[in-house]
Amino acid sequence: MTIEARQIPRIAPGFRLQWEKAQDAWVLLYPEGMVKLNASAGEVLQLVDGKSSISDIVETLKNKFPEADGIEADIFDFFEDAHAQQWVSFD
Amino acid sequence: MWLLAELTYKCPLQCAYCANPVEFARQDGELDTEQWISIMQQARELGAAQLGFSGGEPLLRNDLEILVEEGRKLGFYTNLITSGIGMDEGRVKRLKDAGLDHIQISFQASSEELNNRIAGSKKAFAQKIAMARAVKAAGYPMVLNFVLHRQNIDYIEEILTLSMELQADYVELANAQYHGWALKNRLHLLPSREQLQRAEKITNQFREKSAGKMKTFFIIPDYFEDRPKACMNGWGSIFLTVSPDGKALPCHSARVLPLEFPDLTTESVESAWFKSDAFNAFRGDDWMLEPCRSCDEKQKDFGGCRCQALMIAGDARQADPVCAKSPHHEKIEALVNNRVEPAVDLDPLFLRNKKNSLKLSANSIA
Repeated sequence: MTIEARQIPRIAPGFRLQWEKAQDAWVLLYPEGMVKLNASAGEVLQLVDGKSSISDIVETLKNKFPEADGIEADIFDFFEDAHAQQWVSFD
Repeated sequence: MWLLAELTYKCPLQCAYCANPVEFARQDGELDTEQWISIMQQARELGAAQLGFSGGEPLLRNDLEILVEEGRKLGFYTNLITSGIGMDEGRVKRLKDAGLDHIQISFQASSEELNNRIAGSKKAFAQKIAMARAVKAAGYPMVLNFVLHRQNIDYIEEILTLSMELQADYVELANAQYHGWALKNRLHLLPSREQLQRAEKITNQFREKSAGKMKTFFIIPDYFEDRPKACMNGWGSIFLTVSPDGKALPCHSARVLPLEFPDLTTESVESAWFKSDAFNAFRGDDWMLEPCRSCDEKQKDFGGCRCQALMIAGDARQADPVCAKSPHHEKIEALVNNRVEPAVDLDPLFLRNKKNSLKLSANSIA
């Protein structure tokens, strides 16, 4: 699916995002399993609250990491991937 | 790490393929609430993130909501594995409020008559249907588990149709594996190759129909494979089962092995996991015999299931005889190829209940 900036992502039912000390990383927990997220995926998913749109999330991360280039395209790519993996759904 | 808390061996059902030890009636005593909470805390500190509550029937524990709440507070992803018996809408809500993440409900068949015969209960089926609906209404994905065997596998289409009608999100079609009670009842349960192939074919056709709505998993019985499964993803690698009386086990069937399992009422989880002889018995590959020792697939399947090796090859260090490379593989093939009908008078079906448990374990002691 094509993802648009105004869409509001939420963590899909059955998944839970959590900081996992033993992994030193953000993880997504789901029935009988866990995905360890890389640092940027963790940054993005922390902002998925069921209220913020993708453009809100892009804005927040641009402010947080002003020196990062091409962040917007990376975030869109991530959401496309996360949706394909069924980690996030869109309203 | 995955912590499976078998809260009780008590169960209102009597399924003839139950994974609990055959001699369950000889083990008495259950850990109390505080002991379970302590085990959960210790496992969480060692990095465990998944927590399963099973049994027996975990709903028989009145402190289940407390344990779920504590588990969730500790940061576990909490799973409940239940028959649905002992549940009502109020309890679904209380478990949800306690933070329960996920519920899996077991079914025995697609029809009331067969379901109740296999479960040894007159009321089970209607209750299960009602609870599957209540769980979904509470906002959980509906996850159904059917154990397949020769008496219900020919109803696969009805099973899948029922699951669709209930709007299940996930359906696990898990063929019985022959340990514990299922081993005692193998004659009654082992399907033929033709039955299995037909069921797999129908499941695949159904998958196309239900794509995007219902996810279906079909797990074939070990006996029909020529390579073993990576049992528990390797002994003492990620999986810790704790029995109702507090024994730490690398797998819920491991009690059949001649090992001394750590007692968590007196030993810490950390010591049981890292230091006990039982958890170290089959770690790594030093324990392996041929053909596993020099096998290029040993890192993939870890030699398979230790219990199956003991039961069929006579030594827990042998290759799982499911493997075609095992010198004992022909015994598995013979079991599949020489299937016979149980004789009505001579071959009783052993329902999983206290009476049969005492009887069968008395035999094995004698």
